[in-house]
Parts: sequence; C-alpha cells; structure tokens
Amino acid sequence: MNLNELTIVRAAEGLRSKKFTSVELTRTCLDRIKKRNPEVNAFITVCEESALREAKAADEKILKGKSEILTGIPFSVKDAICTRDVRSTGSAKILDNYIPPFDATVIRKIRESGGVLIGKNNCDAFGHGASNENSMYGPVRNPHNLKMVAGGSSGGSAAAVADNMCIFSIAEDTGGSIRQPASLCGVVGLRPSYGRNSRHGIMPMASSLDTVGPITKTVEDAALVMNVIAGRDKMDATTVPELVPDYINEIRNPKSEIRNLRIGLPKEYFDLPGLDSEVRDRTLGAIEKLKKLGCEIVDVSLPHTKYATAVYYIIVPSEDSSNLGRLDGIRYGVRAKARDLYDLYASSRADGFPEEVKRRILIGTYALSAGYYDAYYRKAQQVRTLIRRDFDEVFKKADALITPTSPFTAFAIGEKSSDTLAMYLADVMEIPASLSGMPAITVPAGLSKNNLPIGVQVIGPRLAEGRVMQIGQLITI
Amino acid sequence: MVLTVEEVRKIASLARIKLSADEEIRHAETISAVLDYMNILNEVDTTDVEPTFQVTGLEDVFREDVAADSGRQALILGQMPQLENNELVVPEVFEE
Repeated sequence: MNLNELTIVRAAEGLRSKKFTSVELTRTCLDRIKKRNPEVNAFITVCEESALREAKAADEKILKGKSEILTGIPFSVKDAICTRDVRSTGSAKILDNYIPPFDATVIRKIRESGGVLIGKNNCDAFGHGASNENSMYGPVRNPHNLKMVAGGSSGGSAAAVADNMCIFSIAEDTGGSIRQPASLCGVVGLRPSYGRNSRHGIMPMASSLDTVGPITKTVEDAALVMNVIAGRDKMDATTVPELVPDYINEIRNPKSEIRNLRIGLPKEYFDLPGLDSEVRDRTLGAIEKLKKLGCEIVDVSLPHTKYATAVYYIIVPSEDSSNLGRLDGIRYGVRAKARDLYDLYASSRADGFPEEVKRRILIGTYALSAGYYDAYYRKAQQVRTLIRRDFDEVFKKADALITPTSPFTAFAIGEKSSDTLAMYLADVMEIPASLSGMPAITVPAGLSKNNLPIGVQVIGPRLAEGRVMQIGQLITI
Repeated sequence: MVLTVEEVRKIASLARIKLSADEEIRHAETISAVLDYMNILNEVDTTDVEPTFQVTGLEDVFREDVAADSGRQALILGQMPQLENNELVVPEVFEE
C-alpha cells in the first residue's frame, strides 16, 4: 500500500514507529496531486514548499518524542476556510489574491498539533452548490468516474480524500456540503452539531446553519480529528459550553450498549419521489446489519420534511446576502476599475462572483426587503420551528435515524447545472438535520451497478456526535 | 413570472451587483421558479408558532472588550487593494 493511501490511524502509527517520515508521507501525497489534480481539479492551491517545511518540523517533533495524533499528517482544507499565509479564494475571483492574515480556529488547532497543510480545495463558490460546478476555478471531477460531479459544495475536499491526495480534509457544511460530496465520492463526512466547532475564520454563508467538520477515510479518523478541533472558542460566540467527550472512547462503546440502541427509519425519506432504488436498497441493507447487531428498528415520521428545502432556500440566501455584503472590493480582495464608489462595488461584485452567488444574493435581498420579510424570511423561520419539533418528538422514540445521504449517486457534469431548482433539491435528505442543528454523518455503503459510491446517513440528537459516529462505524465494518 | 426583469434590476442595484441584460432575464426566470416553489410553505399553518432564529439557546455571550496587538498590521495592510502612506485609498464618498 502506498503511504498516501493510509488512514490517520495507520499513518500516525507508521510515523511514531519511524517506519517512514512525514516528509516521505507528504511527498507521496504531493506526487499524487501532481499526477491526478490536472484531471480531478480538487485543489486550487498546492502548498508544496511550505508543506515540506512543515513536514520536516513535524519529523523533528516526532524524533523528540513530542508528537500528537495529527503530527506530520498531511491534510487539505476547503478554500472557503481561512489559512494563514496561504491563499484562500472561496472559489470566487473576488478573493483571487486574498491571503488571510490568520488561521481559522479549527485550522490553528490542527497546525499547532503538527498537521501538515498540503493545499486548498476547490468548492462551489462560498459553499453555494451541490455539484461543485459553481466554482470560478472549474468543476471538480469525481475520482470514481471523471465524467461525473464530485458533489458539493466541498467537492474538492471529498475528491482529494477519495483519491488519496491527502490523508484527511477539513470542510464546511451548511445544508449538506460535507455529507453530499463525501457520499458521492465514497468517503466519510461528519457535520457536527451547530455550535460544537468554532466557525471563526470560515467564510460565512448562512450564519444560523454553518458548521465545520472533517472528511476522512474512516469513522475512527473522523473521531480523531474531532478530538482535536471540537470545543468552545472565544472568537465564536455561538460555540456551546458543553464539555467535549473523547470521541474515540465514544465510538468504542461496548457491544451491550449497541443492543439497547433504537434506530429510527423516517418514512418520508424512503417515500421520496426520485429516490434511486439502489440507494434505497443499500440503506435498507445498512439497517439490516444494525438489526443483526441487536439494534431495535422503529418506524418514525418527520411530517414537515417536504417543506425543509423551501425553508432552507429562503433562510440561506437571506443570511448569505447579508454576509456577502463584506465582499465589496474596498478593504481586501480584487477591486474593479471604476468611475465612482457605486460602480466600484457593483463592478467588483459583478466580476468577482459566479452566477449562483449573484442569484443567492438577489433572492436574499428580495426576501428580506420591505413588504416581503414576513411572507418569506419570518414564515420560513416559523416552519423551521415545526421541523425542529419533528426531530425533538422522534428522538423520544429513537436514539438515531438512518436515511440515505443523497437520493442519487453522482450525476454527469452539466446534467443539472441549468436547472436551479433540481440542483436545490439535491440536498433534500441533508437539509432537515441542518435546520435543526443536529449532528449527522455519511458513511460509504458500497457501490452501485455503475461503480459509483452510495452513502448512508446517520442523524443524532444535538451533541450526540459520538453516537452517530459509533453507529456509522458499525455500518462500515 | 413572479419576479419581473425590472424588479431584478432594482434588487441588483440594492445589492450592488452590475448585471448584463442577459443575466437580468436569466435571474428573473430562475428566481421566479424558486419563489414559485416557496409557495409550498403557504400550506403550513404557522399561527402562534415562534420563529427559530438559532438552535443553541445561548443568549448574551460576553467577553471582555480588550484591545490587543495582533502583530499582523503589515499582513492586513498588505491585503488592501490600494494604499497610500499606509492608508487605504477609496473613491470619494460625497460628491460635490
């Protein structure tokens, strides 16, 4: 097995037992990027020089016996997350030249523990999309089939992990942006509970929904990364004070506890028109596996599921239109040549945003404008309450829910890009948990007849990351 | 269409985004389809339902407002599109 194919657990073992160095491990990842990135397009920026420097420093730390779990492990980061001294574009030309003077808190934690930043991943611009076709740096291609999308918005992160260009990646999930591409690329993706991980330094999209989490090769790796990045941050007032458990302990709960788990099957997810039959069968297969392990399977209902996508596409553009107001060509980023102040704003934004970002800002500006606020934004937030209540009710009867992650496997590049509404509906399985602030994981559950990955989603109650990861692991092993 | 081209033009001006004539037409069409889909929410009775603006329940999170030297002034200034004597240059705000 090549070094770049290792999991965090195996790579860390190899580094600690001096079977190989971080420089060697990092080089194999860089070689893989060189070979594959021209086709897959998972990276916008590759940090060859600084990565090798960081790897060398990690090797010295290991020699001194001072290594931590992520010391010397090459990782990549979604380009909508700020990395100090490394260009962070958010996949939009308005930030084509932007080099953040600081690290996002989660990135700072990983770098302080010795992680090696290998590069920045392509994504839908500022997280707007479900296919990675809304990047101003070109679409990401699915490593399993280069004609297919990698999913979005964190398509580059998922493709990079799936194609062994790095050992793990850090991405952002607002409505499904970690889970959907992880599912389409056949890797593990965790959306933590809203407030569990700091968003300081994450380019904001919808502030009441944004989360940051890992994309990894195994569930155990996701738990390891969470152990490093989770927790309260004084730079993000929405982070919650609850203590962070040891997630590795949590996923190694004894079998006796598994037998007492009640797994809910929300019928609305399985009755969805357009749910691919192979995806449905694989999900039911995962449920059967849990049943054999002794879990109790219960049928449940989340009656407001069908309204979630409409709610989401009012709340997100509204918060988007406000958050993206900061990108105006004045203080940083690319400034267009202009006659006057108005023209400077309007031209910088016209040149620097792709069409979908403009569309979201326009929808949000409309939904929040005088006369429409109550009909759109307030109404959406009220229905959001009903969606949350559905989950609260269901979690009285079940400890976790199992659903498909995406209703279909990866689709062809260009297939849905002209149909805005069809693309919005691609996240239908992931949006309800997002609106409710619940944690959810996607784990790979085999390949379709066409050799495309299928993902299964586990949703848990707030702050039950440990439980969703444990169940995810049971499905994968 | 729910949204006319004239309305798109007005919103784009409020949002400070210059659009081409083609873009105006495209956005009017796609946004109308999206807004039309939003009507599904009118099926839901939300009388007396409180809106959910956040999910953590946290309120009034404070920290001391203490100025600190980030040591990054040069990096921050280095990101500015136009500088003169270490000051940001912008077009005039008030017209004569």
